[in-house]
Amino acid sequence: MEAALSLFVKSIFVENLALSFFLGMCTFLAVSKKIETAIGLGAAVVVVQAITVPANNLIFQFLLDGGALAWLGLPDVDLSFLGLICYIGVIAAMVQILEMVLDRFFPALYNALGVFLPLITVNCAILGGSLFMVERDYGFGQSVIYGVGSGLGWALAITALAGIREKLKYSDVPAGLQGLGITFITVGLMSLGFMAFSGIQL
Amino acid sequence: MDAASKKVVFDPLVDNNPITLQVLGVCSALAVTTTLAASLLMCLALTTVVACSNASISMIRDHVPSSIRIIVQMVIIASLVIVVDQLLKAFAYDVAKQLSVFVGLIITNCIVLGRAEAFAMKNPPGPSFLDGLGNGLGYSLILIVVGTLRELFGAGTLLGYTILPTTADGGWYYANGMMLLPPSAFFIIGLMIWGVRTWKPKQVERAEYQIHQVHRTEAT
Repeated sequence: MEAALSLFVKSIFVENLALSFFLGMCTFLAVSKKIETAIGLGAAVVVVQAITVPANNLIFQFLLDGGALAWLGLPDVDLSFLGLICYIGVIAAMVQILEMVLDRFFPALYNALGVFLPLITVNCAILGGSLFMVERDYGFGQSVIYGVGSGLGWALAITALAGIREKLKYSDVPAGLQGLGITFITVGLMSLGFMAFSGIQL
Repeated sequence: MDAASKKVVFDPLVDNNPITLQVLGVCSALAVTTTLAASLLMCLALTTVVACSNASISMIRDHVPSSIRIIVQMVIIASLVIVVDQLLKAFAYDVAKQLSVFVGLIITNCIVLGRAEAFAMKNPPGPSFLDGLGNGLGYSLILIVVGTLRELFGAGTLLGYTILPTTADGGWYYANGMMLLPPSAFFIIGLMIWGVRTWKPKQVERAEYQIHQVHRTEAT
């Protein structure tokens, strides 16, 4: 239990996908102008991440890993090189299914997320989460915790950045630094702040 | 090379740079630049993937129904990335280990999909290949500059060779450990954008909200 809690806190704060691994930067910079949209996108990322990381974990464990096909009578087959194409396929399919399910059963939420759902397929935070899960050999339980935690961390970061940018638009920024430049510097300072969490051990 | 193809190759270097102007492919530019060797390898991998994916997507652009084009593009890109990933693991294992998940993340690198959508779907294979090459080079330019700065000032070395002997090894240079940490990458790219936009004022973004300028005759 303690290990699970530690992994959860670590994936939100210490190993924040956006601020210490730079994942999902394109959407992170592009969709952080308003707090409401940032929260919507953050929520969508949490949901997709919580579904795809465990799903990819099952695929890796039972289909792709070396010796994983033993239950088919093929103990020597190692398909792990097919990993990348499988994970991206799973992510694209999951996003599509999620979109249809939300549209059918939760139209309010579907309308709120709107254009962000399809965008998530090409968000590297999602694929990055699955690849880290494989690289670090997480089990199924751990992968559920890691998926939820890393999604929450990303959502937290984008909401915080949107809050700062909403205030920042009233400040007098040098012309060349306007827009993208000052956003990069802001994110750098946020990342510096998040590094303070790196000493936390539960 | 004629003027048109020259423009396609060299435009993305400064005038239409994928990182500083189009804001594409920023993730890996920040993450792999702690050492110059890793940055170089990443540039090579990405440039190969963009150029080849652009060329192959452009070849089949007239046969792909537009409703499934994204998934077709994804499959082509993912296959190319798998090839590059396996090659790197076979011939440059140590650096590939250092790049960790970021080779795989070329799949979701927005430069690749962005150029496929914006250029390769509308142009024949030849120019598409050059466009991929040019954007790969524009990306490489930024990565190499950032990688050089971070390795030189963070560890005093370049490609593993000592340039500035650090105090830890008995030299005179007190290494700036901050350069090796994530935040410095943001600062360096932010400042580079400032530099490029001061040089090319056309790229400056308009402020959303303009503070009222008071002339000195009004103030009194």
